[in-house]
Amino acid sequence: MSEHKQPDLARREFLGRGAVAAAAGMALAPGVMLYGVAHAKPADQPASSKVRWGMLVDTTKCSNGCNACVDACNKEHGLGNEQHSRPEQRTQYIRKVELRHKFTGATHSLPVMCQHCEKPPCVDVCPTGASFKRADGIVLVDRHICIGCRYCMMACPYKARSFVHEALTDQRPHTPRGKGCVESCTMCVHRVDEGREPACVEACAADGSHAIIFGDLNDPNSEIAQRVKTYASSEIRADLGLNTGVRYQGI
Amino acid sequence: MKKTQFMEIGGGKGFYGLLAVLGAVIVAGLGAFFYMEHTGHWVTGMDNQIVWGAPHVFAIFLIVAASGALNVASIGTVFGKKIYQPLARMSALLAIALLIGGLTVLVLDLGRPDRLIVAMTYYNFKSIFAWNIILYNGFLALVAVYIWTMLDPTVKKFYKLAGFAAFVWRLILTTGTGSIFGWLVARQAYDAAIFAPMFIVMSFSFGLAVFLLVMMATYNWTDRPLGDAVVRRLKNLLGVFIAGVLFFVMVYHLTNLYATEHHGVQAFILRDGGVFTQAFWIGQILLGSLLPLALLYHPATGNSRLWIGVASALVIVGGFAQLSVILIGGQAYPLVLFPGYEVSSSFYDGVVNSYSPSLPELVLGFSGIGIAMAMMVVGMKVLRLAPASLADEAVDPHHK
Repeated sequence: MSEHKQPDLARREFLGRGAVAAAAGMALAPGVMLYGVAHAKPADQPASSKVRWGMLVDTTKCSNGCNACVDACNKEHGLGNEQHSRPEQRTQYIRKVELRHKFTGATHSLPVMCQHCEKPPCVDVCPTGASFKRADGIVLVDRHICIGCRYCMMACPYKARSFVHEALTDQRPHTPRGKGCVESCTMCVHRVDEGREPACVEACAADGSHAIIFGDLNDPNSEIAQRVKTYASSEIRADLGLNTGVRYQGI
Repeated sequence: MKKTQFMEIGGGKGFYGLLAVLGAVIVAGLGAFFYMEHTGHWVTGMDNQIVWGAPHVFAIFLIVAASGALNVASIGTVFGKKIYQPLARMSALLAIALLIGGLTVLVLDLGRPDRLIVAMTYYNFKSIFAWNIILYNGFLALVAVYIWTMLDPTVKKFYKLAGFAAFVWRLILTTGTGSIFGWLVARQAYDAAIFAPMFIVMSFSFGLAVFLLVMMATYNWTDRPLGDAVVRRLKNLLGVFIAGVLFFVMVYHLTNLYATEHHGVQAFILRDGGVFTQAFWIGQILLGSLLPLALLYHPATGNSRLWIGVASALVIVGGFAQLSVILIGGQAYPLVLFPGYEVSSSFYDGVVNSYSPSLPELVLGFSGIGIAMAMMVVGMKVLRLAPASLADEAVDPHHK
């Protein structure tokens, strides 16, 4: 990321590295210039701790009833193909949560998924180390050593994880879901490693909402880093001090 | 007081009949396991909201009771109380048996029980679960050595050391079991240091209740003398432990009632939680604590073997109620992600989750008890663990 130019606050400018990165450069507000989001990672190289992938959800742009991010996620990862599981048993990586303040009556609509904590409780409690955090901040489950104890589901403050309650077929190659293991949002790591954005982010933009932006929080020139630096954003359950990779604006 | 004679039990029709019943329970449990493992957990009452259910209540009860069952032995060995010493072998075997029963249930409920070897070879040392795997295995090994030092005169010199090590280990073990919940920062009902000491006192109470029942049943069914001195000692101790659990439960709830942040979950457990509120007040407090306390100390019932047995059984019922409230009640209350907001979603945010155990879950749970009791019966048959007599003149140093 170090090859990025410093932001030119006076004019619109696009990064030239990759179509996705270029398309993601945008002006946020007059005087604020934002830059590209993702770069392909060569498959033979490990994830770098210089990068901290994150998302920023602008709840003021997220509308009640819009489910574009959820639908895209389900399609991308082949979710919703359970034959026997009850609704309470079905996997959801991302869900829309509707909020209404009990006192003020203020309403918000926002997506909640794995928050990709810097210090994830699911990783702390996992007995085998199947729950792990990549160097670039993406929290994943190693499905080869998950024993299905579900302690991570007890520990996750965001209710972000699901347990596969039945044998599944026709899984996506990049999301090898299987009976008896725990799973959650992967931040579309397969896309990110190819320099693409997560499916939910792409769908939200395609829908015209542009409520979710994705990028490298460690890159001061990235759009997401600029936005969280310029505007107030918050973490869900900030009291836990987990420094989540997913942040929210407007709540 | 004479030197204690230990004799193997059993061999008659009743013995093999009991083993057959326990064997049937175990076979049924294995069947339930294969069914759940083959079809997947969709056939259970558990889901993505209530991720730990009845099998975990059984497993944790047995694990907690296991460490408590060893107390009888520890009081004799570590604290030198002579009247407890003849009971030490049975106490130690019961500890092993209950732990294996509990662990079996826990392991057979895993999503991938076929990967047990992974759990034994991949350790995340920040996980209290990983530590518990080590603590459980270490406990089994230590208590086995402890029994060996009691059975084999050639290693008797290590008896005190083994007993002391097992005692310290069991305290650490139950601290680890309680910390499974105490260290869960996410959920309103958990995240409290008091879980570790509370689980230790719970183990004293549950373990002693199980020991009393096993001892009285063994001596009744084998027609061996069991004097009042032993029974009275143990039942008075059980009363103290019940009161101890009540104290910790009270402190836990009062502390949380003081903090506005926790009013929601407290109101849920104590007042609005339906079946969980009933399990708390009727199961845990009334049937599991106050009634057995009254039975154990009231002059009309406190000297009756029958009522002491009933009180012990009630403590076990109360223990199951308490663990159900902690485990399932704690999960039923929704996670608070957005304080001050009413929330709703397709993933049951803000919803009080419900849970009804399925038959296979219960059968698997009961099979854990079956395994523990079968181990006890077989263990006392093949090894000289049970004193030939627990009559007052045989065990009471103050008997005249």
